Amino acid sequence: MAQFESVQTRKSLLTGDEAVAHAVRQSNVDLVAAYPITPQTIIVERIADFAASGAFTGQFVPVESEHSAMSACIGGALAGARAFTATASQGLALMHEMLYAASGLRLPISMAIANRALNSPLNIHNDHTDVMGSIDSGWIQLFAENAEEAYDRVIQSFRIAEAVNLPVAVNLDGFTLTHSTEPVEMLSDEAVRGFVGRPPKRDSLMDEAPKSFGLMSLPDSYQFFKEDQSRATTGSGVTISQVEGEYVKLSGRDHGALKIFGSGSKVMMVMLGSYAGTARTTARQMKNGGEQVGVISLGWLRPFPERQFLDALEGVETLMIMDRSVSYGAPAGPLASDVMSLLYRYGIKRKVIAVTYGLGGRGFLEEDAMRLFRYAEKSGPSFESFFFYGGE
Amino acid sequence: MEGNSKLSQFQPVKSIFEINREERMAPGHRACAGCGPMIAVRQILQSLDVKPVVISATGCVEVTTSTYPDSAWLVPWAHVAFENSAAVASGVEAAMHALKVRGELKEERPVIALAGDGGTFDIGLQALSGALERGHRMLYVCYDNEAYMNTGIQRSSATPFGAWTTTSPVGKEWPGKAEIKKDIMGIVVAHGTPYAATASISHWKDLMTKVRKAVSQNGPTFLHVYAPCNRGWRFEPKDTVEVAKRAVETRFFPLYEVENGRYRITVPVAKPRPLEDFLSLQGRFSHLLKPENSETLKELKSIVEERWSKINAAASVQAQV
Repeated sequence: MAQFESVQTRKSLLTGDEAVAHAVRQSNVDLVAAYPITPQTIIVERIADFAASGAFTGQFVPVESEHSAMSACIGGALAGARAFTATASQGLALMHEMLYAASGLRLPISMAIANRALNSPLNIHNDHTDVMGSIDSGWIQLFAENAEEAYDRVIQSFRIAEAVNLPVAVNLDGFTLTHSTEPVEMLSDEAVRGFVGRPPKRDSLMDEAPKSFGLMSLPDSYQFFKEDQSRATTGSGVTISQVEGEYVKLSGRDHGALKIFGSGSKVMMVMLGSYAGTARTTARQMKNGGEQVGVISLGWLRPFPERQFLDALEGVETLMIMDRSVSYGAPAGPLASDVMSLLYRYGIKRKVIAVTYGLGGRGFLEEDAMRLFRYAEKSGPSFESFFFYGGE
Repeated sequence: MEGNSKLSQFQPVKSIFEINREERMAPGHRACAGCGPMIAVRQILQSLDVKPVVISATGCVEVTTSTYPDSAWLVPWAHVAFENSAAVASGVEAAMHALKVRGELKEERPVIALAGDGGTFDIGLQALSGALERGHRMLYVCYDNEAYMNTGIQRSSATPFGAWTTTSPVGKEWPGKAEIKKDIMGIVVAHGTPYAATASISHWKDLMTKVRKAVSQNGPTFLHVYAPCNRGWRFEPKDTVEVAKRAVETRFFPLYEVENGRYRITVPVAKPRPLEDFLSLQGRFSHLLKPENSETLKELKSIVEERWSKINAAASVQAQV
């Protein structure tokens, strides 16, 4: 741990958005192109502050839409620059087309998504509808449970993206994380700069010999590009773990592919994002009372951490999978569908309860977690396996 | 933003011996015989000594030059999507600046965003407006063939009044396109853009001079190039340049420039040819020459006259100052 001790850290009180902005300031970013949308705005405002004061040394491009934000990041990355943007909700939906362009062009772009519900009806509060609509756009999707984790994952995102030639999104829950002030232990500027370095040389529009990017591909070649891209995404887990491992040496903080509490408990609640903390606190209390409950909190969703997830199933009887978005008309919510297809593919049988909850900022308290744990513990052969939970 | 210092000097093109003889568009691309836009692209690229970065919007020029694994582009080139060439070019320009500040790039290249009329007048208008307002140093070129040709001749807001397209067909109730062409130059000039100009592939010295002038500006510039499409306009491939020439000579497409708000007609047309000389070469206007459509033809003539008078007035007023 000598290396860890040598790095200066600074404990600050920051919102999740501010933590992300600091991570960008420290990460030798060349280009930030962004458009304001609640609850991402503070990220953009702080980066603009840093640019105005000279603390951010890249170019800040205040574009006229999220579609252009991602387009400008793509242009920047094609020119060999390190590019970042942040968005949420409608903004992510508007840049949808460009998400596929970024990943298809195999460009290392980083983005923070301040997760928020989608219109209609209009709602600015948190859920995961935005990211789930883009989950298959070819981006690596990481999730933070708190502001410090968002900070850490944004710093790591640049290294990951540039190593595997894929764009990386770091998701943080709107308001719950973006606007809540928490203690964040920032690394020194020098430590972060040393960790992220400069982007490795890649083919670019600046090369002396002219190169063409974004060619049209006919049926003879298109599927091969997509197969290659799919393999790169699935295989990126190894690199993500390596980068995380290096970062642990620097910070002492290990977030990993998933966090398990109550390993081997009969009932495991599978969570994504900040509400995992509530579930964990509840599980701890219940465990003290002798109940067999635990929590799996996913830090990666794409690539899905298959091996790590399957390893966590030893001794588990029931998985209660918590979705904060709806896949209308589907057999379950998107996270539950992922887990069920994984189980089926490996021939693993577990009782699954798919719960949709927390839409549009609907709260999730310890009493809610307890009620759901108890339901999962008791549910017999006639239990409901897919339902909306909205508290009582 | 600072750019490449060599670019700020600009020489008008007076003869064929003053252009860059190096071919920047490789032969063997898939554009149609007689393609106007490809002539425009060749002229634009050979105007410059330095190799520009070209960002193409989706469209005819893009699909015909870049079928994997081939590319006809002998300059750095990228395509991302239809509506965002100005935004992608913004990112390239900002990135070049950032890399230069860090000492990782020796010299910035000129950036050219290249889009058709659909990608400019319609779906790309917002991205264009944003880029102009932010002041990126780039030349935005709209090659105007007055309809969505790549998808099969559908009308755009650049299609002229009275023209037939597959979505403005001619019938008992419809005269062809019922709306007038959008004034894209007026929109660009309203942004306070330092340099905006129209050009035609038939007047290549004028076009190439304007490209050089645009690239010498330290800010966003705009070139609206008239680029006839023989497939969409229904004329013989051999007539492409002739059609473009007649558009200028009938005052249908005036050639002018607006430099820091000052208008100047670069190819004066003292005695215009009758509009019919332009229309009669093209199948898309054939219905206008029939007696039953004489009112529609009259209306088109007055639109052409009004457009010319407006530009002429703006240029004359400033000539007197």
